[in-house]
Amino acid sequence: MTALHLKLLREMTRLWAQVLAIALVMAAGVATLIIGVGTYQSLDQTRQVYYRANRFADVFATVTQAPRAVLQSVAEIDGVLSVDGRIAKVAVADIEGVTEPASVLLVSLSKDGGQALNRLHLRSGRLPEPGGVIEAVVSEVFAEANDFRIGFQFKVVMNGALRQIRIVGIGLSPEYVYAVAPGEIMPNEGRFGVVWVPEAVLAAAYDLDGAFNAVSLRVLPGASEMDVIANLDRVLAPFGGQGAYGRPQQTSHAYLDSELMQLRSMSSVLPPVFLLVAAFLVNMTLTRLIALEREQIGLLKAIGYSAWSIGWHYIEFVLVIAVFGVAIGITFGTWAGGGLTNLYARFYSFPILIFSRDPMLYLLAGGITVASAVLGAIRAVRKAAQLAPAVAMQPPAPPAYRSVLPGWFSSVIQVRKTWIMVSRHLLHWPWRTAGGVLGLSLSVAVLVGSIWSIGGVEHMIDYTFNKTERQDATIGFAGTKPASAAATVARLPGVLAVEPFRALAVEIGRGHVTRRVAIVGRPADGALTRLLDSSLAPVKIPESGLVMTRALADILRVGRGDVVDIRLLEGRRHNRLVHVSAIVEGYLGLGVFMELGAVQALALEGNRISGVNITVDTLMQDDLFAALKQTPSLGQISMQTIALKQFRATMAQNLFVMIGVLIGLAGVIAFGVVYNFSRISLSEQGREMASLRVLGFTRTEVSVLLLAEIAMLTLLAQPLGWALGILIALGMVEGFSSEIFSMPFVVGPEVFAYSSLVVMTAALLSGLLVRRRVDRLDLIAVLKTRE
Amino acid sequence: MPNVGNGGYLLRAEKLTKTYSAGPTTIIALDAVDFVASAGEFIVILGPSGSGKSTFLNLVGGLDTATSGAAWFRDQQITSLGDAALTRYRRNSVGFVFQFYNLVPSLTALENVRLVTEIAKTPMPAEEALDLVDLTDRMDHFPAQLSGGEQQRVAIARAIAKRPDLLLCDEPTGALDSRTGIVVLEALTKVNSELGTTTLVITHNAAIRTIAHRVVSFADGRIASIEANSNRQAASTVRW
Repeated sequence: MTALHLKLLREMTRLWAQVLAIALVMAAGVATLIIGVGTYQSLDQTRQVYYRANRFADVFATVTQAPRAVLQSVAEIDGVLSVDGRIAKVAVADIEGVTEPASVLLVSLSKDGGQALNRLHLRSGRLPEPGGVIEAVVSEVFAEANDFRIGFQFKVVMNGALRQIRIVGIGLSPEYVYAVAPGEIMPNEGRFGVVWVPEAVLAAAYDLDGAFNAVSLRVLPGASEMDVIANLDRVLAPFGGQGAYGRPQQTSHAYLDSELMQLRSMSSVLPPVFLLVAAFLVNMTLTRLIALEREQIGLLKAIGYSAWSIGWHYIEFVLVIAVFGVAIGITFGTWAGGGLTNLYARFYSFPILIFSRDPMLYLLAGGITVASAVLGAIRAVRKAAQLAPAVAMQPPAPPAYRSVLPGWFSSVIQVRKTWIMVSRHLLHWPWRTAGGVLGLSLSVAVLVGSIWSIGGVEHMIDYTFNKTERQDATIGFAGTKPASAAATVARLPGVLAVEPFRALAVEIGRGHVTRRVAIVGRPADGALTRLLDSSLAPVKIPESGLVMTRALADILRVGRGDVVDIRLLEGRRHNRLVHVSAIVEGYLGLGVFMELGAVQALALEGNRISGVNITVDTLMQDDLFAALKQTPSLGQISMQTIALKQFRATMAQNLFVMIGVLIGLAGVIAFGVVYNFSRISLSEQGREMASLRVLGFTRTEVSVLLLAEIAMLTLLAQPLGWALGILIALGMVEGFSSEIFSMPFVVGPEVFAYSSLVVMTAALLSGLLVRRRVDRLDLIAVLKTRE
Repeated sequence: MPNVGNGGYLLRAEKLTKTYSAGPTTIIALDAVDFVASAGEFIVILGPSGSGKSTFLNLVGGLDTATSGAAWFRDQQITSLGDAALTRYRRNSVGFVFQFYNLVPSLTALENVRLVTEIAKTPMPAEEALDLVDLTDRMDHFPAQLSGGEQQRVAIARAIAKRPDLLLCDEPTGALDSRTGIVVLEALTKVNSELGTTTLVITHNAAIRTIAHRVVSFADGRIASIEANSNRQAASTVRW
C-alpha cells in the first residue's frame, strides 16, 4: 500500500459518517434503478415466456355462432399462423356458503384436451373428462378466493338450466392473468372466475354443436395485424362477428401492460434525482476536503508528486465512495426488487417466474453512479491538481465577505449578528447554498410526487363511487330484456329504487383511431347514476348525441360538437355518425353515454334494456341475493361495496408499497444533504464558533449558527420542492394513465404539508446529530491556532 | 472601580494545578501556582513555550478546568463552576484577545464588536469601543479588508466593549510586526488606564515588560519570579 493509499484510508475512516451519507444517496439511486427496471424486466420476461409457452393469441374475436368450417376460412387469411375456435359463455354461478351470486366464464376444452392457442396451464388436478357429472378446471385466483379444492362442487346456470359442476383441476391461462367480469372495471377475485369444461358440455347446453362463438389466432411474424383483423372481421361478419381486436384491447393484457408501464415510468424519474444529489454532495465534500488539505497538497508537490497523482488520489476518494454506494444499492435493490417481483408475480399468478439479472442493468447502474460521482468531483480535483506548491503551503487568503444590504438597513432594522453571519455565510458560497436548496427540494419533490397519488386515488374513489355511480348494485341481464324487466327487479325483496340502462357494444372511432366500448344509455333524469364535468358540476345527458369521458375524447381527438363513427357490434351492425354533445370526467375505463331512448333508437330496437342499477335495503340484502339465485335467468349482480373493496386492495398492493419505499428514500436524500452541508459548515465555521464560545456565547447560541443555516436552507427548499413535486406528479399522471385507468391530478395542501414535514424532520434529525459536535469544540485550540 | 472582595484582589489563585496524562506519563502543565491580581493592574506574563503561562490563562479565563487547587474571581470560586456558569463568567466578566484575532470574517469591524455588545449586560456602544482603539474610520470594513494590527485592535474593541473586569490577552502581538504591535499595545494600555480594566498579557516578548505594573515570569509550570515595575514606560517607547 502506497503512502497516498494509507492517507486515503485514514481520510475515509475520519470522514466515515459523511462518506456513508453520500454513499447512501448513491445507493438509493442505484436501488431505485434496479428495483424499477429490474422488476419491470423480470415481469416483462416472465410474461413473454408465459405467453410463448402457452401460445397466447395475437387477435381475438367473438361471434354469435359460427360453424366450425368457418375456422378453415379464417386459417386461410393471409398472415394467419394458427387458429383456435371455441365456445365461451358467461353464466351465473351459485356457490354454497356465498350469499352473493357469482358469475363465471365457461370456456370449452376440445375433446383431446389440447388447445391450439391460449393453453391452459394446470396447477393441480387433471383435465376434465366427458361423463355423467360435469367436470371442470377452475381458475386459480377464483379457486383460492372461494377456498375451492379439487373434488368441490358448485352450481352454474347454463342457458337457463342449473347444472352441478365438479372441480377436477385448478389452472391458469395467459388470457386471464386478470379476469374481469363483463361490465366491471376491476377484477373481482371471488365473484368472477374462469371455468374450463369439455366442449361437448357447452355445445349441448347452448345448442352449439359443431359451432363456436369465440376465435383467437396468431399472426405470422412480419404480417400486418391490422390487415388480419380487417379480413377476420369480413369473414366473421355473416356470423354476428363483434369486431376483432388485438392484444392491446384484450382486457387481461391491457391491465398487465398498464401496470408494467407504471413501474417503468417510476424508474425513469427517480434515479437521476438521486444521482444529481449525490454528485452535488461529492462536489461539496471534496471541495472542503481539498481546502483543508491545501498545505498537504503543497507539501506533496514540493516533494515531487505530480499534479496527476494528486488529482488521481482525490478521484480515488470519490471512487471508493461510489463503490460503497453501488454495492449497497445493488445489494438492497436486488433484494427489494426480488421481493417486489415476487409480490407482483403472486398477484398475477404467473405459473413461472423469471428473475431478470441483466448484467447490462447492473453495469449501467454502476457506471452512471461512478460517472456522476466523478463528474461531481472534477472541479474540485482540478483545483487541487493546479495548486502551485508554494501557494498551496500558504494559508488561503481570508474569505472576503461583503454586505448584501445597504448600510442604512442595519441602522433601521436591528438584526441579530448571528443571523447576519448565517446569511452572509450562505451567500458567500452561493453555488453550494443553491445546491443544498436544490438537493432538499428534490427530496420534497419526490415526496410530493408520490404522496399526492393517495389523495388522487381517494378523489377517484369518491368521484366514482360516491358522486357518479351512486347505486348500491348493478344487475346485468344475460342479453337484453324488455323494459318491463326493471319492474320485475323492483319487486324483488330489498330493492328500494331501480334505474334501467342499456349497454350497447360498439366500435367508436374517428379516422383510423377506433375503440371497442359500450355506449351506456341512461334515463336523462337518472338519480342513481350521473355524470359530472371537471368542476364536479352535474352534466345532464342531452336528448341526442354522445357524452364522452375525457380519456376517450383525448384518444379519439374529438371535442364537443365533433362527429364520430359508431359501428354497432350487435344487432344489425350498422354504422352511424353521432355528434359529441359533452365531455365529462371519468377515471376508470373509457366511458360513452347517451340518453336511454337515444341508444334504443340507435340500436334500432324497441324499449329494451341490458340491466338495472338499484339501491338496496342492506338489512334485506341476503333476501335479495337468495331471490336472485332463485331466478338465475335474470342475470348477475355486482355490488359497489365489493367493487370498491377490490379497487382499494389493488391500489394498496401496487401503489402504496411504492410510496412507502419513496418516503424512505426521500428521507435518505434530506438526511444526506443536511448532514454533509452542516458538517462542512461546522468545519468552516468551527473556529468562529469556538471563538464565540470563548467570548461567552452559550452552546445554544452558537448552535443557532448551525441550525439557522439548516433552517434557512430547508425553508428555501420547500416552495421549490413543491413546484418540482407538482412536475413529478404531472409526469406520473401522464405515465400512469392508461385506457383502463387514469389518475385525477388533485393535490391538496396536506400533500405539501406531509412532504415538508418529512423533510424537515429528516433535516432536523441530521442537524441535531451535527449539533452535538458543537459541544465538543476545542475552546483552547482556537486561541493558539491559525485556521 | 468595582467593589473587590476576596481579600481585596480581583483575581486569586491558590495551588492551581493542571496535569495531562499522555499515555503512561503524566505531564504537569501547571504546578501549584499561587497568584493574585488587583483591580486595575496591568500584568505582563512572560515565559518560554511550555512554561505553563497559557494553561494558567485558560484556567483563570474559565476555558479549562483545574486538576487541583482553586481560583477565585472576586468572591466566586471559578474552579468549581460548571459549564453554564463558566460561560456566564466569560460572558459577563472576561474579555479575550487572541494571537490570531479570531474575528468573524463575515462581519464588519462594527458588527464584530456588536456581536458581543448584543449579549453583554452593561456594554458601551460599539462605536465607542472602536473609537477607543482609533478605528472609527474603519468600522464598516470586513476583516479581510483590514491589516493585522487593525484586526487585532478590532479584537481589543470587541473584548472591552462589554466593560469586562478582566482582560486576558494571549500573545496579542505575536502575529504582528513591531510597529503594528506597538499600536496594539498602546490600545491595551489606553483601555487599562481609561477603563481601569485589569489586564493580563501573555507574551514571550520580554520587551513588553516595561509597560506593566508587574511582570510575572513562568518556567516549568511554576511562577519563577514576580517583579513590580516601578518605572512604567509608555507603550510607544517599546522596541523589539
